[in-house]
Amino acid sequence: MTATQTIPGLAYLVTAILFILGLKFLSSPRSARTGNILAMVGMVIAVVATCFDSGIVTWTDIILGAVIGAPIGFISARLVKMTAMPQMVALFNGAGGGAAALVSTGEFLRLLKSGAVPTWDQLLPIVLSTIIGSVSFSGSIIAFAKLQELMTGRPITYAGQQIVNAIVLIAVVGLSAWLLLGNVAVPVFAGIVVASLLLGILGVLPIGGADMPVVISLLNSFTGVAVAVTGFALNSTVLIISGTLVGASGTLLTMLMATAMNRSLANVLFGAFGAAPKGGEAGPAAAAGGGAVRSASAEDVATMLAYSRSVIIAPGYGMAVAQAQHAVRELASNLEKRGVDVKFAIHPVAGRMPGHMNVLLAEANVPYDQLHEMDEINPQFEAADVALVIGANDVTNPAARSVPNSPIYGMPILDVDKAKNVVVLKRSMATGFAGIDNPLFENPKTMMLFGDAKDSVQKLAADVAAA
Amino acid sequence: MTEHFLMELTVFVLAIFVGFEVISKVPSMLHTPLMSATNAIHGIVVVGAMLIAGAAIGGTIGHVIGIAAMILGAINVVGGFAVTERMLEMFKGRTENRPR
Repeated sequence: MTATQTIPGLAYLVTAILFILGLKFLSSPRSARTGNILAMVGMVIAVVATCFDSGIVTWTDIILGAVIGAPIGFISARLVKMTAMPQMVALFNGAGGGAAALVSTGEFLRLLKSGAVPTWDQLLPIVLSTIIGSVSFSGSIIAFAKLQELMTGRPITYAGQQIVNAIVLIAVVGLSAWLLLGNVAVPVFAGIVVASLLLGILGVLPIGGADMPVVISLLNSFTGVAVAVTGFALNSTVLIISGTLVGASGTLLTMLMATAMNRSLANVLFGAFGAAPKGGEAGPAAAAGGGAVRSASAEDVATMLAYSRSVIIAPGYGMAVAQAQHAVRELASNLEKRGVDVKFAIHPVAGRMPGHMNVLLAEANVPYDQLHEMDEINPQFEAADVALVIGANDVTNPAARSVPNSPIYGMPILDVDKAKNVVVLKRSMATGFAGIDNPLFENPKTMMLFGDAKDSVQKLAADVAAA
Repeated sequence: MTEHFLMELTVFVLAIFVGFEVISKVPSMLHTPLMSATNAIHGIVVVGAMLIAGAAIGGTIGHVIGIAAMILGAINVVGGFAVTERMLEMFKGRTENRPR
């Protein structure tokens, strides 16, 4: 081993260590920023080390690509709203998957051009990372389009869908086998790319908006695996280690998310959950199920809150859509000034990606020690005077505990109905993202405060301050 | 199976265990930054993009693939880290909380 090989090799080792340490530091909000910086330093070291690689003979394409790509990434990262974070992550993830597929495609062309006949252990990783990277690329773009509401968030289904998907999958596998068995030709490879891109699109189309946290997490792990396999193709240990770390973590998160919804991964991917919307946007009067719904005024609710000892706030994505998080923060501080104990109950799938709600509340300056995970807060609802549900629906739906034929039966929920009083802030009686009726609204303990979440919370905050 | 491939396979399998081990300790509060950070880490593919874009594969298609890989890789890595940093700087405890 010469010095020109040893030094980059050691640099890549340092990168791998920094990535692992960085992820380790992410396990606490106190050290998380250090973790991200460690990973960043690791990335810079890897890029600098690569600059000395003897395989690089021309710089124009590298510099051109970097000069175009880096500002796009940076500017969109600075401008994106925190509510749009899931689709931003989906886009960056798709970019990574696409890059992995392109790198493998480039390596394939390079091998062909070198004239030697590629061996199966050279071709296998190239083909695999092209497939996984392409699926991740096109799948992420569909996920982005769904979350950005460029297309319907409802599952898109049609007769024979699973058969069509199976045929595309067989085409991908068949063409790959054809190539690996010695038909090493560009048209076969191009066929694999096209079929894989199609597979990504068709695979994500039938998945509903409510399941996007699982899908983004899964696609993230796909890109990780694609990068790791690219590492096999390029004989790059640092790609193998980094990609695998991401693949493993993404898989773990995906399983956690599926568990939080009491669904198997297969059910999420193939179940077309929430396909049939039950009723549309109904007015406050059209109470679902015919039960009586008690509606309250902001003044009543504010008085009750102001004279409580403990209040637990259960926020959902509706809060973020109404941009009410800053008003919620103000309400919480006004209550605390009166000596009321305020806690936030965060469901693991609140928001549109794992942990999304915590980010939205952190943005509104809610201290992280006020945010409580579901398992920790659920036993505390019984002692709470008021549970304030803001823009959350399915994650508080008691049907998940008691109605065996409900689509969400068995999903762990926030036990808001165990509190002495429940106040639900809601725009109307329309069903939630998953399209399911919520018996919580008809509970005698429940008061509904209809209206825009931001307006309602601002009124509550002002009335509590005045009370 | 070459010796080299076997070595890479070993690294791959060990990294799976490290990945599971390290991530299982992250609280759900930090899952979004975690996902965004791992998203940035798979931006390491930019290293592969540099090797391909710099390899002078030749032909229009060679240039297009190299430049496109670099663009996508750069978006992934720069955007990923920038957005993670933006999120994490918002996480503050009760004592260090400064109203804006």
